[in-house]
Amino acid sequence: MTSAPPREIDAALLEQEEDRGGGVRALLGNQVAGPLAALVLAIIIFGLTTSTFLNAGNLSLIATQSVVVGTLALGQTLIILTAGIDLANGAIMVLASVVIGNLATDGNALLALAAGVLVCVVMGGLNGVLIARFSLPPFIVTLGMLSVLSAVARLYTDSQSYPINSDLLTVLNRGLTVGGVTITYGVLLWIGLTAVLGYALTQTAWGSHVYAVGDNRVAAALTGIKVKRVLLSVYLTAAVVYAFAAWQALGRTPTADPSGYATANLDSITAVVIGGTSLFGGRGGVVGTFIGALIVTVLANGLTQAGIDSLYQQVATGVLVVIAVAVDHFVRTRQTR
Amino acid sequence: MTEHVLEARGLTKRYGHVVAMDDCHFDLRPGEILAVIGDNGAGKSTLIKALTGAVIPDTGSISVNGQEVQFRSPLDARRAGIETVYQELGVAPALDITQNLYLGREQRRKGILGSVFRKLDKASMRHGSARQMADLGIRVQSIRQKVETLSGGQRQAVAVARVAAWATSVVIMDEPTAALGVRETNQVLKLIERVRENGLPVVLISHNMPNVFQVADRIHIHRLGRRIAVVEPAHTTMEEAVAVMTGAKSPESLQTDGGTA
Amino acid sequence: MNASRTVRHIAASGLALSLVAAAAACSSDDDSPASVAGADDVTIGIVELNLSNPFFGTLQKATEAAATAKGWKVMKAEAKVPGDSATQVTAIENMINRGVKAIVLDPANPTALVPVVKQARDKGILVVTVNATLTPIDAADATFATDNTAAGRLIGQWAKASVPANPRIAMLDFDLSDGPAGGRHNGFLEGFGIKDGDPQIAGAALTKGTIETGQAAMENLLSAHPDINTVYTINEPVAAGAYTALKAKGLDGKATTVSVDGACSGVQDVKDGIIGATAMQFPSKMGEMAVAAAEAFISGGTKPQSGLTDSGTVLITDKPVAGLESQTSEWGLQNCWGEK
Ligand SMILES: Nc1ncnc2c1ncn2[C@@H]1O[C@H](COP(=O)(O)OP(=O)(O)O)[C@@H](O)[C@H]1O
Ligand SMILES: [Mg+2]
Repeated sequence: MTSAPPREIDAALLEQEEDRGGGVRALLGNQVAGPLAALVLAIIIFGLTTSTFLNAGNLSLIATQSVVVGTLALGQTLIILTAGIDLANGAIMVLASVVIGNLATDGNALLALAAGVLVCVVMGGLNGVLIARFSLPPFIVTLGMLSVLSAVARLYTDSQSYPINSDLLTVLNRGLTVGGVTITYGVLLWIGLTAVLGYALTQTAWGSHVYAVGDNRVAAALTGIKVKRVLLSVYLTAAVVYAFAAWQALGRTPTADPSGYATANLDSITAVVIGGTSLFGGRGGVVGTFIGALIVTVLANGLTQAGIDSLYQQVATGVLVVIAVAVDHFVRTRQTR
Repeated sequence: MTEHVLEARGLTKRYGHVVAMDDCHFDLRPGEILAVIGDNGAGKSTLIKALTGAVIPDTGSISVNGQEVQFRSPLDARRAGIETVYQELGVAPALDITQNLYLGREQRRKGILGSVFRKLDKASMRHGSARQMADLGIRVQSIRQKVETLSGGQRQAVAVARVAAWATSVVIMDEPTAALGVRETNQVLKLIERVRENGLPVVLISHNMPNVFQVADRIHIHRLGRRIAVVEPAHTTMEEAVAVMTGAKSPESLQTDGGTA
Repeated sequence: MNASRTVRHIAASGLALSLVAAAAACSSDDDSPASVAGADDVTIGIVELNLSNPFFGTLQKATEAAATAKGWKVMKAEAKVPGDSATQVTAIENMINRGVKAIVLDPANPTALVPVVKQARDKGILVVTVNATLTPIDAADATFATDNTAAGRLIGQWAKASVPANPRIAMLDFDLSDGPAGGRHNGFLEGFGIKDGDPQIAGAALTKGTIETGQAAMENLLSAHPDINTVYTINEPVAAGAYTALKAKGLDGKATTVSVDGACSGVQDVKDGIIGATAMQFPSKMGEMAVAAAEAFISGGTKPQSGLTDSGTVLITDKPVAGLESQTSEWGLQNCWGEK
């Protein structure tokens, strides 16, 4: 790209360039350090103050308890990275789970599961089209969707819940038992989804485009990125992740309950924010969200075991959210005084 | 006569009653820095947009390296090797330098990793961006730095580096120093000269006369939707250029170079 | 055939969606001012809690059925989420403007609705509450509700007589500032003969009254106290969630769970041994009593007796204990509410 005489490449730049293994490093970038420190700190505190917190069974329980909101939060992360928000993810998941529960009651569980995926993709796709194609604000679109879908789930079920008996639908609650401790397939699935999405975000062009769209939409468009297509792909990918969350929910609590998970949307946003992803888009990632979801569960589990009123769990979670947002604000304004 | 890298003849663009371009000509020679100056509303941006495919002129023709072209979108202009730096919107601050340089043009790994797993070839992109930064003499600590950790001048330098990396025929910059301080402006001006040294011609739109006179080889003076004169800094004073630009003086009084209305 | 059935269900889902759209399009009917009402045209208002809980749905349907059987028109409204008194206030204001004769209210908050209820009563509208009370209780003309303290006492007494000598109790509560939740909690302790803070209580946790929150709370308590053998639950969905957690620890035959509600699904859980005993409520009866009170007022001008009228509670268990009246799950399934 040049006709000028070759120049020496800056030593520092070259040194950087020699340094391989950028994948793991990018995945665990310093954005994860804060949430990880908070998680470790919480674990140490509860380990010291209760006798039961640190036993292996309890730690695996915490992972198991995190999977539903944790999986929802992975999809939420993608959307928040584009400077969007999804208030309807819990409602989409609940609608999918009651449709699955209904169809599986006297039908084929696999077909029912497929119908659940379809519900998620159609609803997530609808959000995506309204937001990407018609440039409507994500907050309003998904708020409306939340209201509609919560009502639809109730009308569809007449507010009754469906017990789930199918092996396929509850398989995620079973798992591998090692030394008396069970790691459920649901936890493994959650880890797997985090890895796949982490890879897609940090190791593919699509990931760079997701970050760029959330960070500076105009600049992204000027470099030729098809912003609307990226946004739609994000909402559709998140919808598929929500279908996994519905499956997780049926495994965890073998009942498809239209009144369950009423605050899962906000809980997933909490996990994303505590995990260090910026609500303004372009910063953060799924590994942080994974840790963020664990932090929320650790607080609930540890405070209950310590015999402290559950309302303090809400206080502690709220304080962490404020800290996370403050850190993000500091990071974003640091260089642009 | 020199072949022009980029040339426009008789461009016209109307917005209702407003004539943004009125039979406008434009020439860019190989390896030069051409400054475009003119009052607010003179039609500079409209001209630049026509040259970069963002505006489709009502009449007139554009050619690149002697070949007539019809730009239907900015993508067409980019395919013809024309790259543009915009005033402030050019970079994604949360992404690192390499990601910004390769945004929208990422390179994938060879073989199955690239074709099936869509894996980026980060090492090669890092090598490419390190070389590009070195070629332009842009000093940063690391190409893995996020752009938001850079100074304003360095950020604009990254935007220029990207454009220079991908342009094969022309680099266009619309007021690239408007938001910068004196020191940072000088950095960017040096960079513009570097781009020229590396063989690419540059079109620079600017309001800053000292800057223009410092780096430009020729100056295209724009007034009321058309080019009214092209001058060389060596033979014209800033006062004369401004007087012509604002209509206080007629263009005939100048020693012009290589173009008329 | 499974596949065709599945297809039909999907079609039904699609139909449900279009119905929602249609319902949304006509829902403004409720707020429009009444067309010139004839002198003998009676409208009453029914203001419920969020209907996502089938208990409130049953209560609302029973009230509406009793009212329409008398040839009355009804105006309905519901809170959007638990505790959403603002929506209820607006609804009552609309009902006052519409000129209803009586309002049957299930208050989302004991105090927040007092001013608007006074406003209605000052206009000569009879206001009775169902399921929950206002504070003070005589802020409404009458209250028809489960005596939740009595319900809690029943299951507390049953538990005391049924569990081992060394009880280790888990309390799975709902926000205790909620009237019914506080009543059940205190009633249970009273029936068991202990007080808050008693060492026999291994631990307590807040739920949101749903299956999945009940499960998580039970899991957390079991992690700290694997010796739990007695589980108090605020309602039957929480008991169902607790059962999932107990079963995962292999404690399902060993711990005894008590609950309150008497929904058909809960009674079935009693039959299946998942719940030891539950105190059945009678939401339909509450609604019918409220409508009867309204009729006496509208036709004869007589106001009902002020204060709480208990709509009754019945202990449902298949392991009766001496000295405590109870009914079997078979009886329960005949008399339960919600979908069987
Ligand atoms: N999209 C547009 N619609 C209507 N008028 C326009 C549009 N773009 C430019 N103009 C008008 O064309 C004239 C030239 O504008 P412009 O090219 O932006 O000038 P400059 O960049 O020299 O300030 C101005 O009068 C401006 O108002
Ligand atoms: Mg301009």
